[in-house]
Amino acid sequence: MTDRTAIPDPHPLHHSMRQRRRDMSTIGLGAIAAVVLLFLYLPIVVLVIFSFNDNTVTTLPLKGFTLVWYQHLLANGEMLTAVGNSLHVASFATVLTILIGVPAAFALDRADFPGKNIFRRIVVLPLTLPGIITGISMLNLFRMLGFNLSLTTVILGHGTALVAIVVTQVYARLQRFNRRLEEASDDLGAKPWQTFFLVTLPNIRSALIGSGLLAFTLSFDEIPVTFFLTGRDNTLPMYIYSTLRRGITPEINAIGTIIVAVSLVIILMSVRLLRKDNEFDQ
Amino acid sequence: MRLATRRRFAWLAVLSPPLIWTLLFMIVPYTIMFAYSFFRKEGFSFIPDLQFGNYAALLLDPQYSQVLLRTLKIATMVSLAALILAYPLAYFLAFKVRWARLRLFLYMAVIVPLWVSYLLRAYTWKTILGSEGVLNSFLVWSGILSEPTHLFLYNQFAMVLTLTYIFIPFMVMPIYTALEKIPRSLIEVSGDLGVGPSHTFFRVTLPLSVPGILAGFTFTFCLAFGDFIAPALVGGPTGTMVANVVQSQFGVSFNWPLGGAISIVMLAIVLTIISISDRFERAGRLDLG
Repeated sequence: MTDRTAIPDPHPLHHSMRQRRRDMSTIGLGAIAAVVLLFLYLPIVVLVIFSFNDNTVTTLPLKGFTLVWYQHLLANGEMLTAVGNSLHVASFATVLTILIGVPAAFALDRADFPGKNIFRRIVVLPLTLPGIITGISMLNLFRMLGFNLSLTTVILGHGTALVAIVVTQVYARLQRFNRRLEEASDDLGAKPWQTFFLVTLPNIRSALIGSGLLAFTLSFDEIPVTFFLTGRDNTLPMYIYSTLRRGITPEINAIGTIIVAVSLVIILMSVRLLRKDNEFDQ
Repeated sequence: MRLATRRRFAWLAVLSPPLIWTLLFMIVPYTIMFAYSFFRKEGFSFIPDLQFGNYAALLLDPQYSQVLLRTLKIATMVSLAALILAYPLAYFLAFKVRWARLRLFLYMAVIVPLWVSYLLRAYTWKTILGSEGVLNSFLVWSGILSEPTHLFLYNQFAMVLTLTYIFIPFMVMPIYTALEKIPRSLIEVSGDLGVGPSHTFFRVTLPLSVPGILAGFTFTFCLAFGDFIAPALVGGPTGTMVANVVQSQFGVSFNWPLGGAISIVMLAIVLTIISISDRFERAGRLDLG
């Protein structure tokens, strides 16, 4: 708050009452905020704790520390294959989202073309569109074209569902980008491609990497689209989903803990990169 | 070549990959699905046709219409619950946390779970609420219950809880962004003019945060509305949602035309909600950072 002491308070008593009420509301709001944060993290903590618990069922009280569920993972060939498949899918899907998303963001930022508004809406639609619709509509397409379902169709599906992440982030960055830098580069005799690679790209780099990382984790964890577009090969979330239906095993908690740990690191990196751009400009 | 023409060609080259992509993998598939929704199922094959039987079934057959209504109800409850929990949190972050670094840390703490494995976040509730789960064993162990109860899992409550849990960050993000944009001077002026804090909140802060609420509601509602993983994991028989029906039409029930019709209705509902919230608010875009 700004300097209030300059204005003499006409009702000093009133003021202190108001102050106290404000303190009360701060405490109340803080309590709710703490409860919501606890609510957000408690289930994740439960997952992690039970991955180390020496018991085949997830019940309290805890029985003791063990790493046996992690050892089981390493011996589970089916699961390791699924991890490999997921890495494969996520890598290619991320490359696709960047190859498609960056030109789309540039076009939305800089070009005028008929149907631009409709194009904008369709490109960002998957952010709000339930994945099942993307999955099913693409399943219809692939069946009509006579494609066999495989990890390749999954990659195409993920690319479609996740390109919006890259588009929105790179577009937001471009909107804040100072175009004079490009003009200066132009005036100094740089060719357009030189300007792009030496001026424009370095300026959007963190948005690009940040959104790419986000797309990667989301693809790695994706289920609704994968469910309809995969053939015989399982991705990791699909493998977990199918074992869940047979019942809960502590092994799932162990692989879950690893996934949570790795995604936390990647996501923190990506959010930092995406925020860095904001601060850079201010 | 003249510069203008060259420029136009350059833009065409930039624009064509994303344009062709959205055409091939979004517009064309939606069109095929739309066409399919008028087909007939005969035995195990789908006959091209132009009839509205699939849409009629969705509206008139209680088996489907009830699920659709239930899904709308659950998505509304999830959005409201998420709003009630998210608003105070966003307000606290925006107005009460003075220290910028702490504010950034808490904000990150809220949004990071959103991107952490959706499946695991849904699944872990199964381990918490199940009859052999954490909550039950805790209640029995502490003597509050004499034996485990089945009441927690496989019902609509479990589903609303799980989906609310999953989508709270989606609600916090845009509300926080909207609150942060409100000029502090506006609130101070209101206070200086002798308007009480609650009055200031309802007359100034709340109306100015409506865009954020709308954006959060849109995300939460649409994504909860189309979810089929959480219902399958924690929903049980009374928790079947419309996306589960679609899923079974493309699986065991093997009726693609009906599944297509339901998908088209879902798509229409999502598009309607997006355009309504768009009309009210053009700046409520998702800010992932």
